[in-house]
Amino acid sequence: MMASDPMMPLEEQIDRWRSHLRRRQAIHAVDVAELEDHLREQIAGLIDAGLATDEAFLVAVKRIGDLDALSREFAREHAERLWKQLVVPSSDIGEPCAAARTDAVVAVCLAAAAALMVKMPALFGIGLETAPGFYARNLSFFVLPLLLGYFAWKRRLDPGTLRWPALVVLAAAVVANGYPFASGGSTEALTALHLPIVLVLVVGVAYAGGRWREVGGRMDFVRFLGELFIYYVLIALGGGVLLAFMAMIFRSIDIDVEPFFESWLLPCGAAGAVVVASWLVEAKQSVIENMAPVLTRLFTPLFAAVLLAFLGTFLWTGHAIDIERDVLIAFDLLLVLVLGLLLYAVSARDLRQPPGLFDGLQVVLVVSALLADAVALWAIAARITEFGLTPNRVAALGMNLLLLVNLAWSTVLYGRFLRRRGSFADLERWQTDYLPVYALWAAIVVVLFPPAFGYV
Amino acid sequence: MGDVVDINKDLIAASSTPIVLAILAEGDSYGYAILSRVREVSGGRMEWTDGMLYPVLHRLERLGLVEARWEVAESGRRRRYYRITSQGRAQLAEERQQWQAVDATLRSVWGALASAAPAPGAALPQGG
Repeated sequence: MMASDPMMPLEEQIDRWRSHLRRRQAIHAVDVAELEDHLREQIAGLIDAGLATDEAFLVAVKRIGDLDALSREFAREHAERLWKQLVVPSSDIGEPCAAARTDAVVAVCLAAAAALMVKMPALFGIGLETAPGFYARNLSFFVLPLLLGYFAWKRRLDPGTLRWPALVVLAAAVVANGYPFASGGSTEALTALHLPIVLVLVVGVAYAGGRWREVGGRMDFVRFLGELFIYYVLIALGGGVLLAFMAMIFRSIDIDVEPFFESWLLPCGAAGAVVVASWLVEAKQSVIENMAPVLTRLFTPLFAAVLLAFLGTFLWTGHAIDIERDVLIAFDLLLVLVLGLLLYAVSARDLRQPPGLFDGLQVVLVVSALLADAVALWAIAARITEFGLTPNRVAALGMNLLLLVNLAWSTVLYGRFLRRRGSFADLERWQTDYLPVYALWAAIVVVLFPPAFGYV
Repeated sequence: MGDVVDINKDLIAASSTPIVLAILAEGDSYGYAILSRVREVSGGRMEWTDGMLYPVLHRLERLGLVEARWEVAESGRRRRYYRITSQGRAQLAEERQQWQAVDATLRSVWGALASAAPAPGAALPQGG
């Protein structure tokens, strides 16, 4: 129960009691206010009856009863409170509720704007069917500037801080649309793939809102991205159900809604959902447990097992890696995945905790991924001259090396941590410091590759 | 003031609804005042754990038997006042009939017991 110090002033004791109560999930702020009014009245009554202040406090607290039992009673009466509610804030709270509503309105407006942006080029005669290259190159411009705007508004960034991000977005737009890309060429595809990486980092700067230079600020953005991804997938699943249902009922009255889907609902919904998902992640931040680390915990052992099985089979059978066109991309994706698992494990870890079983598992995963990738790289390097250096291959190789360096050094840092020669914070710092490197490489691919390879 | 009787949990839970509704039928009130009134009318024989009143009030509110509103009390603090609704009054009337039936039954049972055993409490085991 409450430790009570007779020397402590009454207000401070009540503060303590209140914060004790606030920690109970089933007891909301309004209930705490109601109980506090009760407590104060009781104390006043007892003081009138001749008790000393601290005695009155103790008696009053005791009369209110055991907080665990009280919390249980509240939970029984308000069972829904144990399921944290995200979008519907309690109407009794007042001020924060109004702020949440403004936030929701802004987010929905920006989502609508994103949906409109997608259809904007069609106004000027650039259709999705006639110019798929244009849409691929400009994919990030439909959504990310609005997201940038959302965070600029949310974090109240001053125009000075926004100058750089705006400049980058503008320069990117010039490059993406000014270069004379060969239609359907690989440099165009590379630009379409790498431009979002650059711009997502720019959004990150706005997201961190002045904390981008701090490890914590960048880590928050990593957490945000993980949750954003999960929310986006959930929204997409819901959207799929909606579309299927709509197609079904309209078919019953003999109307084909497929053209409407393809040219309106799907592209507009996909763009708007990014903003809506971002808003949801922002709104839920402290309300619900982060999902990405939970999934990480679930899948780290499974992926480690798969990679070990792969390496084991590779050694046992002696099969050479069959180098096809896409093998590099497959291994790039593998490293990205392993990096993601590492990153989200890092993001959720309490830095002060000593190394445990999961950390060992994490190292096994990373090391086995590194070995698998090394095997693949070895096979490719032996025959790279034979294949020739196409832009795709250089880009994939570059990304592979980037990820390899990151994971290799992470392994070293993790090893030090496991042997208690270093702290976990070193690993966190390394991961967050490395983030701009991806954007830098992506920028190189976007800006330098097309002219270097003749825009093919 | 009578001695505090240790009333078991089920009985407290069952009796809390008519007691709270009856007190609110006298006029709008708030938690602390309701508890003081309970202590007063029971002559100090009934002691509720103070905090437990609030889940009861919230349950009655959810069932539509009482309405709650925030007001600023003379102390300057925000205070939650409760008012009985017409549905609450109907419920109170019904509970009253039920409790009167139980009360009447118990009275006759006690009466019968008193004439059989001259000293209640001495012959019977305590509690139950």
